[in-house]
Amino acid sequence: MSWFRRHPTATAYLLLAPGIAYLAIFYLYPTLQMFLVSLWTGTVEAGYQLTFNFGIYPQALAQYSDHFLRSLLYGAIATLLTFLIGFPLAYFIAFRGGRYKSLLLFLVIAPFFTSFLLRTLSWRIIFADQGLALGPLKDLDLLPEEFRLTATPSAVIAGITYNFLPFMTLPLYVALERIPPNLLEAAEDLYAGTWQRFRRVTLPLALPGVFAGTLLTFIPAMGDFVNAELLGSPQSQMIGNVIQARFLRVSDYPTGAALSFILMAAILVGVFIYARVVGTEELTGGTS
Amino acid sequence: MRSTFLRPANLAWKAASSYESATDSVPLLILPQPVGTGAKAVDGARSMDERSGDSLAAGGAEPVSAIDVRLVDVTKRFGTQVTAVDRIDLEVTDGEFFSLLGPSGCGKTTTLRMIGGFEQPTSGLIELQGQDVTWLPPYKRNVNTVFQDYALFPHLTIFENVAFGLRRKKTGGAEIRRRAAEMLELVELRGYDGRKPGQISGGQAQRVALARALINRPAVLLLDEPLGALDLKLRKQMQLELKRIQQEVGITFIYVTHDQDEAMTMSDRIAVMHRGRFEQLGRPQDLYERPRTSFVAGFLGVSNLMTGRIDGADGAYAIVRLDASTALRLPREGVSDGASVQLGVRPEKIRLVGEGSATADLNVLSGRVRDASYTGVSTQYLVDIPGGSKMTVYEQNTARAAAAGLRRKGDMVGLAWSPADTFVVQPGRTEPAPSRYQEAPDVRRT
Repeated sequence: MSWFRRHPTATAYLLLAPGIAYLAIFYLYPTLQMFLVSLWTGTVEAGYQLTFNFGIYPQALAQYSDHFLRSLLYGAIATLLTFLIGFPLAYFIAFRGGRYKSLLLFLVIAPFFTSFLLRTLSWRIIFADQGLALGPLKDLDLLPEEFRLTATPSAVIAGITYNFLPFMTLPLYVALERIPPNLLEAAEDLYAGTWQRFRRVTLPLALPGVFAGTLLTFIPAMGDFVNAELLGSPQSQMIGNVIQARFLRVSDYPTGAALSFILMAAILVGVFIYARVVGTEELTGGTS
Repeated sequence: MRSTFLRPANLAWKAASSYESATDSVPLLILPQPVGTGAKAVDGARSMDERSGDSLAAGGAEPVSAIDVRLVDVTKRFGTQVTAVDRIDLEVTDGEFFSLLGPSGCGKTTTLRMIGGFEQPTSGLIELQGQDVTWLPPYKRNVNTVFQDYALFPHLTIFENVAFGLRRKKTGGAEIRRRAAEMLELVELRGYDGRKPGQISGGQAQRVALARALINRPAVLLLDEPLGALDLKLRKQMQLELKRIQQEVGITFIYVTHDQDEAMTMSDRIAVMHRGRFEQLGRPQDLYERPRTSFVAGFLGVSNLMTGRIDGADGAYAIVRLDASTALRLPREGVSDGASVQLGVRPEKIRLVGEGSATADLNVLSGRVRDASYTGVSTQYLVDIPGGSKMTVYEQNTARAAAAGLRRKGDMVGLAWSPADTFVVQPGRTEPAPSRYQEAPDVRRT
C-alpha cells in the first residue's frame, strides 16, 4: 500500500492504464489504420496497395463537396431547432418542474428505450405518402394527392432534430438547474425585468449547457446517415451516406476513409472556432 | 478623509430620492440622475433648502423624521397552516438603522422579503416613502437588498456586478464608472473591478454585495443576515464597517439577524420577533434593561426570572413577595397591588456580598454557590436559592472582587442588586397594541 502513497504520479498512471490501453487499441490504432487505408490505391478485385496517394483528399472533397455542404446545413439547422425546442423544455423542467422534475426528465430520455433505427423507421411509416398521418388527410381532400413529407430535406432535418433532442435538452437542463434562484431575485432587485433577467443572468449562466448541447447535437448530426437514408431522397444525401456507401456498397475504402478524415478535420476546426467564440462570450458575461 | 469627501453627495442622494417620491407617483424604475458635476451641485443646493425647510416647518422644535417604510397590519400565510407573519405594524424613519431580531422561523426574513417585493403579503399594506408598494415587483421598488449569501453574479466582474442596477436603469457609461469607483472606494475594494466573484474572499464578496445595492441610492437598504457566513472576527469587524457605511450614506437600513450582539451593536432600534409577531420594539438599551416579555428577557442576554405577588408599596418601589420570608422591591410603574408577577434581573447587575452584610436599599437574596467558572473578564456563578430556583451572577474580576476571593462551590453568599435594576415581564406575548409609536430613536448618527 505504501508504495502507492510514495509514488502518487505512478499510481495515477497505473489507474489510467486500462483506459489508455482501451483507447489505444480501439481508437488510436483503428484511426491510424484508417488513415493508411485512405492512402491506398487499387480495387477490391485487384487488391490494394499503400501508395501514399494524398491526391485522394482534394479529389474526394471536390467530388462530394455538395454532400459536405448539405451535411453542414442540415446539421446546423437541426442543431438550431433542437436548441429552440430544447431550451424552453429544459427551462420549464428546471424552473417549473417542481416535484415532477424526475418524471419529466425521464420522459425526455424515454425514446432512448427504443432503438434509434426503429424510431426513424416508424417515422417513415407514419409519414408515408398514404400513411397514418397523410392518408386520411388526402382522403378528405385536405391535402393534394402529390403532397409528401418523406423523401424531402425537411423530413431529414426533422428526423435529426427529433433523434438528437435529448442530447440538447439534458445539458441545458443541468446548466439551468444549477442557477441559484437568489441570483434571479438579485437581478430583479436590481431593476431587471423579466427579459433582462433572462438576457443578463439566465442565458449567460446557461451558456456552458448551450455549448455542450450544441456540440453533442451538431457533431453526430453532421455525420448522421440514418435519417437521410430512411427519410430522405437521393437529392438529400448527407456525407454520412456517402461514407457508408463507399465502405459498404461499392467497397471504395480509400475514398470512404479520406472523406471520414475530412469530416473529422472539418468538425475539429469548427468546434475549435466555436469554443473560442463562446468561451470569450462566457468570460465577459455577454455584457455590452 | 473619505467621509468628508462623500458627505455632501450623500445629502444629495437622500434629497434626490425623497424628492422623486414626492413628485413621481409611481414609476420609480427610472430615476433621474444628476448629469455631470454642475447638476450635482444644483442637487446639493436643493437638498440643503429642503433640509432647512423641514426644520423651519417644525418650528425649531424636534425635527420631524420622514417615515421611509410603513407596514400596516401585515400578515403572510404560507398555505393554510403556516402564518409566518402575523398582523404586524411597523414604521421605520428616514436614516434609521433598524433591526429585525429573532430566532429562525420567527418571520423576520419573510417580513424583509415583503418589503423587498419578493413575497406579497396575504393581507395588509406596505408603503415606501408614502407610496403604496404592496403589489409592486422588486424591480419597481426603490429598495435594494443585500442577500444572505450575497448572490453575486458569478459570470460578471466585480465592476459589472456593482454596475448592474445602473445599467438596467440606462445610466450613462461615464456616470456608471464614476459611481462604481466611488462605491468600491466606500467599501474599500478599489482595484478589484476586474475580478470575478469566484476570485475574492467571503468578506470581500459581502462588501461587493453592499456596493452593488448602495450604488442605486435606494430609499431603504434591506440586509438579510449579511454577516451570517463570515467567521466571528470578520463579523465583528464588518459590524463596525456596516455602521460606518450606513452613517456615511445616510440611507435607512433594515437589518435581519438572529444574533443579538450584532443587532445591539449596530441598531438604532430593534424589533424582537417571535412566532410572526413583534415581542418588543425599542432602542437596544431599553430592550436589554427593560425587557417586557420573558421571551425578550431570555433571547437578549441572560435573565434571572422569579415569580411573586405584589404586596404593598415602599416609596417609589412596589414590594413583591416571593414567599413568606422573602420580599424584594421593584419600580412601581405598571404593576398593580395584589397581582402575580414575573420579575427578573440581569446577571451582571448582581453583586455577591457576605451573607447578611447587605445594605438596606438593595434587593437581597441568599443562596449557596453551585458552580463557579472563571472566564477571564468575569467569573460566572450559578447560585442555588432556597425554594429551588437558580440565579446566574456575572462578577467582574476587579481588584475588589479579587480581594474578596473566588467563591467556591458550596459557599453561602448574599446576592444584592438595586431595585431599579429589577424588571417585570409578561409571561408570554401580551403586547396587544403595536409598539411602533413608542420610543422614537433619539440616538442617531452622532
